[in-house]
Amino acid sequence: MIIGLDVGGTHTDIVLVGESGLERKIKVPTDTSALFQTVLTGIEKITANIPSEKIKHAVLSTTLTTNAIVRDKLSPAAMIVSGGPGIDPEAFRTNEHYFTVSGSIDHSGKEIKPIDENQIEEIARRLKSEGIRHVGVVGKFSARNPDHELEIEKILAPYFDKIFLGHRISGHLNFPRRIATTFLNASVYPIHKEFFEAVKSTLKQKGISIPIYILKADGGTMHFDASIDFPGQSVLSGPSASVMGSVAFAPEDKETIVMDIGGTTTDMAVLINQVPLLSPLGIEIGKYKTLIRALNSYSIGMGGDSVVRIEGDSLKIGPDRIGPAMAYGGPVPTPTDALFVLDKTDDVNGDKNKSINGLTPIAEKLGITVEEAAFEIFDLACQDILTHARKMIERINSKPVYTIKEVLTGYQLKPRHIMVLGGPASYFAEHMEQISEFTVQRVPQWSVANAIGAALSRTTCEVTLFADTQKGVAMAPGESFSKPVKSNFTKKDAMELGYDLLRQKALQTGADIDDLDLDVLEDLEFNMVRGFRLTGKNIRVKLQVKPGLIHNYKMITDKIAAM
Amino acid sequence: MLSAKHKTGLVFFPAFDWAISPTHPEREERLLYTQDQVFEEGLLDIEGIIEYKANVVNIKDVQRVHFCAPDEKTVMTESHFISAGGAKTIADAVMNKNIEKGFALVRPPGHHAMRIVHGGRGFCNVNNEAIMIEYLRSAYNVDRVAIIDTDCHHGDGTQDIYWHDPDTMFISLHQDGRTLYPGSGFPEELGGPMAAGSTLNVPLPPYTSEEGFLYVIRELVLPILDEFKPDIIINSAGQDNHFTDPLTNMHFSAQGYADLTSLLKPDIAVLEGGYSIEGALPYVNVGIILAMAGVDYSNVKEPGYDHSQLRQSTQITQVIEKTCDTVMSNWNARELIRMRMKGNKKFDKRRRSVMYDTDGFYEHQNETIRICSDCSGVLKIDSTSDIGQHILAVHVPRKACRACREQGFEWYDSASERNYDMIILQNRVDDTYQIRKKP
Ligand SMILES: [Zn+2]
Ligand SMILES: [Zn+2]
Repeated sequence: MIIGLDVGGTHTDIVLVGESGLERKIKVPTDTSALFQTVLTGIEKITANIPSEKIKHAVLSTTLTTNAIVRDKLSPAAMIVSGGPGIDPEAFRTNEHYFTVSGSIDHSGKEIKPIDENQIEEIARRLKSEGIRHVGVVGKFSARNPDHELEIEKILAPYFDKIFLGHRISGHLNFPRRIATTFLNASVYPIHKEFFEAVKSTLKQKGISIPIYILKADGGTMHFDASIDFPGQSVLSGPSASVMGSVAFAPEDKETIVMDIGGTTTDMAVLINQVPLLSPLGIEIGKYKTLIRALNSYSIGMGGDSVVRIEGDSLKIGPDRIGPAMAYGGPVPTPTDALFVLDKTDDVNGDKNKSINGLTPIAEKLGITVEEAAFEIFDLACQDILTHARKMIERINSKPVYTIKEVLTGYQLKPRHIMVLGGPASYFAEHMEQISEFTVQRVPQWSVANAIGAALSRTTCEVTLFADTQKGVAMAPGESFSKPVKSNFTKKDAMELGYDLLRQKALQTGADIDDLDLDVLEDLEFNMVRGFRLTGKNIRVKLQVKPGLIHNYKMITDKIAAM
Repeated sequence: MLSAKHKTGLVFFPAFDWAISPTHPEREERLLYTQDQVFEEGLLDIEGIIEYKANVVNIKDVQRVHFCAPDEKTVMTESHFISAGGAKTIADAVMNKNIEKGFALVRPPGHHAMRIVHGGRGFCNVNNEAIMIEYLRSAYNVDRVAIIDTDCHHGDGTQDIYWHDPDTMFISLHQDGRTLYPGSGFPEELGGPMAAGSTLNVPLPPYTSEEGFLYVIRELVLPILDEFKPDIIINSAGQDNHFTDPLTNMHFSAQGYADLTSLLKPDIAVLEGGYSIEGALPYVNVGIILAMAGVDYSNVKEPGYDHSQLRQSTQITQVIEKTCDTVMSNWNARELIRMRMKGNKKFDKRRRSVMYDTDGFYEHQNETIRICSDCSGVLKIDSTSDIGQHILAVHVPRKACRACREQGFEWYDSASERNYDMIILQNRVDDTYQIRKKP
């Protein structure tokens, strides 16, 4: 059996899945000031009377690091950045303790200017005296040649508890994002570490010894021990939990839009034949654009609690939320109130009369009955969501491509199927199907689909490898790998090497050997010509373990679907 | 956070799967390191810099500019359709005001492609800028256009296409044609009888550096543009003036290109040549993009750049100053020159041969233009290529007067199919393209 736990803003969902499908599901209130306690309570409750050897592992999706970033409650960390020529790295300053140092490497990985050891030493001493214990180091083009970052690390090592190096964080070329990502890793590291060590040791004290995984923003998992070096990966795992909880029930041979209709927002993502689409670079969170691998998700300010108002003489919904629906004592009318008026809700806690009172002024202004106004609000909410879904698809389809082949055979998404989860999902599903070209389906067990998604997701990771046969080297700096190669080294050799590294990395970060569903993200090979002569090959390979579900998920999800 | 002063669009189409031949300068690898640099600098994350996906041009877009023999599909590869399409994409975004400025970083280049196309010359098959401009004219009613060609090679293709068009100001800065392909682009090349002065050529001595280029822009190009009052300014942004370029002999730099761009303030830039793919292009392109967007580029420097080493001699400065004086006085005397060229003639004729170096053959042209005081004059070209095609191309210009239109139709109708493989009427008044072929 596997535990899936998803911490939400108000409550935390915990499920236990196993041979008989959804074995248990519970909700506990989230105490944001004591997340640790919430998680522990959840695990204790869900495992009550079950011996821990029956539990294979637990996957946690928490808001711990996300909240720290969004609420600007990051632990003090320092950044040491070497840029060289180009845009002044000062433009990418992340925090107070941010130092631009000398040293520069060009796009080919060649050193243009060495680092200045004394300068680093001096900064290290100063930071130490100021009590800084965690530091990030990023050089421009460190993903091509990590030497400067490694040299700086060596100088810093005696002064700090933990050092994060840009080239280990991502193989993508994007210096500003590498800076932001490394900074976030260094800044959330202490809370991440403290939290998980507390969870582990408390569980151990209570005699519950189960391996713990975290869910990542890319819909994959990672063993907790491995996450210590990449704590930023746990950011924004919430939306991916819901998407992963829908995967098993999506059509195997179709493109599907997954919509999580919440109170404040509706989050959307895309599945292609049950495989979630990844964002090209990484998530954006708060003011940070990062290289943290993530599902391509799209969030709009439209949910059950969005404000309904009249602008000019037409209805407008969102994008803001002021409070809960009036049915629950909120201050302004919302789409949820419209559902109450239309009797499209099974919630007995709300007060339909309050909703009617709330919608009356709107109905009067529009010169229609309250029921008619309620229907218009409901209809508009569905229309708005569909419009944004179409826009999202258009945006994905207009992503630039760089080869003739891609232009000519350009794969264009044309999803005709939607899956919805969230409170008003079933009512929205029915109406959206009526007014659109989509078939619309509700995700089974949608109220805990997020926790089910966490439980069933497999371990994912990515490897970037490049080779320059003119220089005679193949490198994967993210994996601390480098090896001499001969001039007859080919892309095929590079792929084999990359797959080896990927398998190793996946297993090290907690993957099950049966879950290694490998995939090519990029494979490019260029003739290098210098002085009209072929002098070598430039090969670039990016490989991943695809986000998806663990190998025996079907046995579980078939039962869930049949419930 | 960095943000662009001018909202700037970018089409990046490196054609990673297209080359003229494996070791040709125009090969897959050409923009690889530029992409690395653009990505690593994070330019696409700058607020106000937007990347667009290149669209493809259609045959009709090509037929507004070119006469392709035997047809478009034969002389163009897919890559040409996309490269020109990239320029068109940027033009649309500028005209729809989605962006203020745009840069089509596309390959293959186009500025050596002339009106008649039998094949490839100077790595170019069709003219990306001209296809974009004529599209702008037909879709958005743009009238006056200025093209400033800052590629190191003379933009002889663009010059040829706009030779007779007084509404298109073409100014080319390039390494002196006596020292470099294609061997043309001298100050006395001024355009045809109805358009003289709207073509201007500024040959620069080898080893011209930042000072020289910026002098020409400041002292010559900008004042002329002020007078010409274009609706839109296009920069044919070749990057082979760089001091590391393997095909040329100039001393220009990334800083210089960025400075030139901020002085010229083009609405649209389109990449042309530039073959120092590691040492120059990554930095020059970053410099141009930042300059267009109005973001500080003062720290963009290529390895090995040393301003003091690249200074031009006083002798070069003097040559450039003198050339600028000549060009300026030609510009000022343009009306007089036009009158003199027209004389009392009814038609003006010229014969010439065009070399297709990329594909290795010659084309021979007999050109006739009707001297007209009401429009830019209808044009016909009798063209034969060494590889077989013999065509008659009739071009009725965009603002053709009635008499010129009728002359054009008469030329088209009366030509005998027995004498030509194809007789083509490119009618820009009605935006049509008609072909008669040997039965
Ligand atoms: Zn050139
Ligand atoms: Zn006329």
